[in-house]
Amino acid sequence: MENYLSLFETYNVPAAFWVNIQLSFWAAIIALVIGTVLALFRISPIASLQWFGAAYVNIFRNTPLTIILAFGFLGLFSVMQISLAADLNVSLFRIAIVGLALYHAAFVCEAIRSGVNTVPLGQAEAARAIGLSFLPAARLIILPQAFRGAIAPLGNVLIALIKNSTVAAAGSVAAESSSLMKTMIEFRSDLVIPIFLTFALGFVVLVIPIGLLTTWASRKLAVAR
Amino acid sequence: MSAQQVLFDAPGPRARRIILIGNIIGVLIVLAIVAWIISALADKGQFAGSMWAPFLESRTWEFFILPGLLNTLKAAGISIVTSVLFGLVFGVGRLSHSAPIRWVAGVVVEFLRAVPVLLMMIFFWLALGSSGSVKPQDAPLIAVVVALTLYNGSVIAELVRSGVHGLPKGQREAGMAIGLTRNQSLRNVEVPQALIAMLPALISQFVVILKDSALGFIITYPELLQYTRRLGVGEGNVIPSLFVAAAIFIIINFALSTLATRLSVLLSFRTKAKPAAKGSIVMDAAST
Repeated sequence: MENYLSLFETYNVPAAFWVNIQLSFWAAIIALVIGTVLALFRISPIASLQWFGAAYVNIFRNTPLTIILAFGFLGLFSVMQISLAADLNVSLFRIAIVGLALYHAAFVCEAIRSGVNTVPLGQAEAARAIGLSFLPAARLIILPQAFRGAIAPLGNVLIALIKNSTVAAAGSVAAESSSLMKTMIEFRSDLVIPIFLTFALGFVVLVIPIGLLTTWASRKLAVAR
Repeated sequence: MSAQQVLFDAPGPRARRIILIGNIIGVLIVLAIVAWIISALADKGQFAGSMWAPFLESRTWEFFILPGLLNTLKAAGISIVTSVLFGLVFGVGRLSHSAPIRWVAGVVVEFLRAVPVLLMMIFFWLALGSSGSVKPQDAPLIAVVVALTLYNGSVIAELVRSGVHGLPKGQREAGMAIGLTRNQSLRNVEVPQALIAMLPALISQFVVILKDSALGFIITYPELLQYTRRLGVGEGNVIPSLFVAAAIFIIINFALSTLATRLSVLLSFRTKAKPAAKGSIVMDAAST
């Protein structure tokens, strides 16, 4: 037990989780914006935008996140020498955020589209009947209801994003939790199981409240029909 | 009827003009983005012939891409079989009428679904490596398979459970009426039907397994990404190599996703669940 507690003096476990939370937070905001725009593209009357939205979703949804984040490090950072900050670690951190955001934007787009699916046909017809054109109809009638119907799938995307933020290890973000867990196990192989359970429980504590919260919110905010 | 005819009126002359202009602007923006990416890559010489020439040589495919793809498919294939088995056992466990079994299966499934796959992979990799119970060169493959099985098996267990819950109540009642016990009715009547209903979701989960097998890259399992990185470092063409690896994944996954969509349409007449809710705005929801 003392052995185990001494781990927390040597290694800063909360700081590693904080890195994952920050990665998830910024990636979630960017992914929500890109995903909403893509969803609008996909339901818009303009064929080229529909096509672009579909192509984006199919490409990013079918590529392993590991490749995207490894590309951020091996391709963008090393070969293209793209730097998003003066500091090397901050730059890698931001590239990982962009990679996570681009990947999850495809899932956000599909979540919102599934939300649009919950809006009955009559709503769109009513919007047209009172003379709204596409953008006002989308903004005032369709999207507000679609977001309320999309809370549960969006929550699932957020949970996946938090768990996937550990894959930033492939993008050489060394401060995040899966990298720290690897280091800790390598140095203290006598404590393999307690170390793993600590990190695993950390994620359970992060993820399960979000699941409960989004389930509650999706019921609370569901449009009564 | 397609979605696009529902969200807006049949376009008149003015709307058609706006759509045309929008289309032109849209195409220009997309082209601008693509051109910007291409010129950025070309600036660094990524489109030089020497960068792509290795992919025309048979040794590149023979010694790098095909062995990598084979390892990826091996890890994914084993994981698919073991995940389905795990999912069936724990899915039926969650439906058991014995409370302790239901409770244990529930805790296991909820826990495994909340833990990142990568954490499990690293844990099994290092734990197996240091325990000496397996050959060191086997540890990465076993770690990939076990981690993928535990996570995706739990997701499949949830699919089994929701599939059985989605069946009409009469199915179980009919099972009971002909004298089956609850477990027999579950095994012989309900789960087989649920399996058919969940087939499209199951195939989508196979796509997840195939994608997540690339996590093996981080724990030194020699899968496609690992091999293409080696190729890229050796030939000095990291970016083209990663593009090729991504393209291979996209092609396989896209084929699997298309199969899932086709199946969900084909099977919709056998199951209660429809691929898209009737009268919804976006009718082609499954065609992504």
